[in-house]
Amino acid sequence: MAKAELPLHAPGTQLDKGYIGQSVPRANAQRLLQGRGSFIDDLRFPRLAHVAFFRSPYAHARIKRLDFSKASKAEGVIGVFDGRSVAEYCTPWVAVLAHLKGIKSPPQHAIAIERACWQGEAVAAAVADSRSQAEDAVARIEAEWEELPVVVDMDEALAGKRVIHPELGDNICFKRELDTGGVDEAFATADVVVEDVFHFGRHTGVCLEGRALLADYNAAEHSLTVYHATQAPHMMQDIFSRHLNIPEANVRVITKDVGGSYGIKVHVYADEMATAALSVMLRRPVKFVADRLESFVSDIHAREHKAKVRLACTSSGEILAFELDDLTAIGPYSVYPRTSGIEGNQVVNLTGGPYRHQKYRAKMHVVFTNKNVTCQYRAVGHPIAVALTEGIVDLAAQKLGMDVAEFRRKNLIPDDAYPYTFPSGIKFEKLSHHKSLNKLLQLMDYQKLREEQLRLRKNNIYRGIGLAAMIEVTNPSPAFYGVGGARISAQDGATLRLEPTGMLTVMCSVTEQGQGTEAVFAQVAASAVGVTLDKVRVITGDTAVTPYGGGTWASRGAGIGGEAVLLAGRALRSNVLDVASQILKADKATLDILNNEIINRLTLETRMPLAELGRVAYFRPDTLPIDFQSELTVTRHYTPRQYGFTFTNGIQASWLEVDPDTGFVRLLKHWCVEDAGTLINPMLVDEQIRGGVVQGIGAALFEECLYGPDGQLLNGNMADYLVPMAGEMCDIVCAHLETPTRQSQLGAKGVGEAGTAGAPAAVMNAINDALAPLGARVTAMPFTPQRILKALGKV
Amino acid sequence: MTVNGSPVRRRIPARQHLVDFLREELGLTGSHIGCEHGVCGACTVRVDGDIVRGCLMLAVQANGCKVDTIEGLSDSGELEALQKAFHERNALQCGFCTPGMLMAAQDLVLQKARCSREEIKRHISGNYCRCTGYQAIVDAIEQVLNGQG
Repeated sequence: MAKAELPLHAPGTQLDKGYIGQSVPRANAQRLLQGRGSFIDDLRFPRLAHVAFFRSPYAHARIKRLDFSKASKAEGVIGVFDGRSVAEYCTPWVAVLAHLKGIKSPPQHAIAIERACWQGEAVAAAVADSRSQAEDAVARIEAEWEELPVVVDMDEALAGKRVIHPELGDNICFKRELDTGGVDEAFATADVVVEDVFHFGRHTGVCLEGRALLADYNAAEHSLTVYHATQAPHMMQDIFSRHLNIPEANVRVITKDVGGSYGIKVHVYADEMATAALSVMLRRPVKFVADRLESFVSDIHAREHKAKVRLACTSSGEILAFELDDLTAIGPYSVYPRTSGIEGNQVVNLTGGPYRHQKYRAKMHVVFTNKNVTCQYRAVGHPIAVALTEGIVDLAAQKLGMDVAEFRRKNLIPDDAYPYTFPSGIKFEKLSHHKSLNKLLQLMDYQKLREEQLRLRKNNIYRGIGLAAMIEVTNPSPAFYGVGGARISAQDGATLRLEPTGMLTVMCSVTEQGQGTEAVFAQVAASAVGVTLDKVRVITGDTAVTPYGGGTWASRGAGIGGEAVLLAGRALRSNVLDVASQILKADKATLDILNNEIINRLTLETRMPLAELGRVAYFRPDTLPIDFQSELTVTRHYTPRQYGFTFTNGIQASWLEVDPDTGFVRLLKHWCVEDAGTLINPMLVDEQIRGGVVQGIGAALFEECLYGPDGQLLNGNMADYLVPMAGEMCDIVCAHLETPTRQSQLGAKGVGEAGTAGAPAAVMNAINDALAPLGARVTAMPFTPQRILKALGKV
Repeated sequence: MTVNGSPVRRRIPARQHLVDFLREELGLTGSHIGCEHGVCGACTVRVDGDIVRGCLMLAVQANGCKVDTIEGLSDSGELEALQKAFHERNALQCGFCTPGMLMAAQDLVLQKARCSREEIKRHISGNYCRCTGYQAIVDAIEQVLNGQG
């Protein structure tokens, strides 16, 4: 291959891929390590006002009277507002999408009017000179309520004796059915049929930085600048513009450092819309930072599914069919603008996904309840689908007396079967299930571990091995949201500018929340242009600066944003060589760029530093031919379109010990083999996987938003809602396969959600493997000591 | 009190927490507020040599004390080895827990010459990190304590 056709550019170096594939530390981590980041709560503005919200203490109640007379007179108070006053400035929204047929939800206001539908829904706002004064004012708001009947149980919601929104007719937000045909026949002729019901606790993201924004309205310009801890600045720009009636061009959303997001910060929150409206109303900057207690009752929750799954297979272990019946509860509103129908929809799409059966029937209901809203949180639907699939697959193997790894090998879609269409309709470009399984078994030394397990059982030590094969949605095309009418971009863009000193500025619409977006863009840009990494600066998170794009969600940053950076980098390299060709009076084809210098591409001899080229192009263009104009700023965009999603695959394993006397689970080791296509920065990929795995372990062992029968959240604080801490976590071994996607030149797929997708299933299967000799089985997450002891018949 | 080596005098409300004082009165925004009930450790600062939760201590309780924050220990170079190890090992993602995590880690570095991974995990088990899964953090601290990595 000629040098000019190399996939990435760094001629003469060992690596044709330049910095691609190198574990380079993140440049932007330095400020965070010194406490010199800029999170929203760190910003200081003149005339900054602070808002605190008065939230409903009831899960469902009519607001009979709100009395602000005492609150308004409290020290430092600027104003106290109810839903009606804010609604004059901010229009309500309805979170439905056209491609989720039949989905329905009532209008939601920035501040509830007349009625609160969950405990924690904001019904009034107090604005004051400081947050503590605003909280003092909230404490002085007097409210009179009429309690309404609550619907907290999913089955009760589905039955619909009490309807939360009478105008909608029932409590069903969305339902979906899918049937390939032939399912009944498959089950009738099967040698073995297994079925089970799995429960998934409601949990939440617990970002260490609460949701936060600082809205700064300029009345003279009728412009709004919002400093926002969000994953999707352009989406929020559109939303602020439309609901506050400010021209899009007058709305600027700036996202600086974000203290964790994981999907929590990609949604429209009523209290955040109210904060922006209050800035317009008061004509001054207003800041809202959710404190921990209000985060628990107002950040989106996720999961809360109950699903029955059945599997039919032959006596030789060939899976014939899957059947699914999933029920999920989402609170009283579908969340704007992505809707709360997506998680259930994903469960239908993905259940059974790694396997090659052709018969599949699914039924799924999404129902309203009087609890906090749920929506997309890291790995959306995947943890449910993977646990249902892998839980029932293990049960089938157990019933057949087959080894669980062997049973999977028999049924995983063959590595040479692609492109492949799964019975739910999703399409796989190229996956590597068998290679992944083999690599995992080798990595964990599966046989030796099985022997160790058997040996220890003789000493009454109960250890288990759990496997979880998975497929994951990444790099979504417009088929995810755009086709349904959501103004959410599946496209991203990058602008690259060669500075006069030869430095490279990269501006990209994908945002950074710590996953390393900016670092991998710098690696791609440096490699594509031919500069060293220290010359690259990356800017993200400003709608007034970067190209338009979707931001960060659904494991799309590296695959989509990275491709835009690559395309822009190649175009810029070409433009730089045009300038070099003019200055040097040399044929462009003989020139190249390496290590910040123009070189002769054959001899690798230095012709001119980029800094000199920049000087001439910017300050002495008079020395260039009159008909030549240099273009050292380039913008390119990329949208994946060939497939709805760029699926990745992987497989995880958990090795743990269950204490049958206490019900405690001790994690010993965890493995993950993942195929995310081209690896740009292996260290960052591993860390995404590890962090994701631990969030999945949280779901499996600790995390659940517990509600009482009256719809009250019982454990809404960090002391009672348990999250994984260092003491309980084991080491996680990561390994990779690289099957690049051919949809892009970079070949990168996403990896942000893989860990979270598979870990709960792996842990569940390991616990059940450990409990098997004791005749116990658990299927309700989280697997608390209490649930395990109950399964053992000890409590 | 003395904050990062400089004397500070302020008249403050009795109810103000130490971390709010540092952030709001002194503009030292490196100490973060994650839970305000003493669980997450993001507000960890050092008072007279001991690490404390800035959200559980009132500012007036630190009257006359020597307070060190992430900003001070960064400038003095005390955290340099840990910061370098955290950076190389990517022992942070969003970075919100990081100042508190570094304060807790440095406390261990000052107490002990060598530590097992289990001891390191125990020492930082009061500092919540949602991003990393902790392994890289333990690796980085281990590298500084034991010269491994």
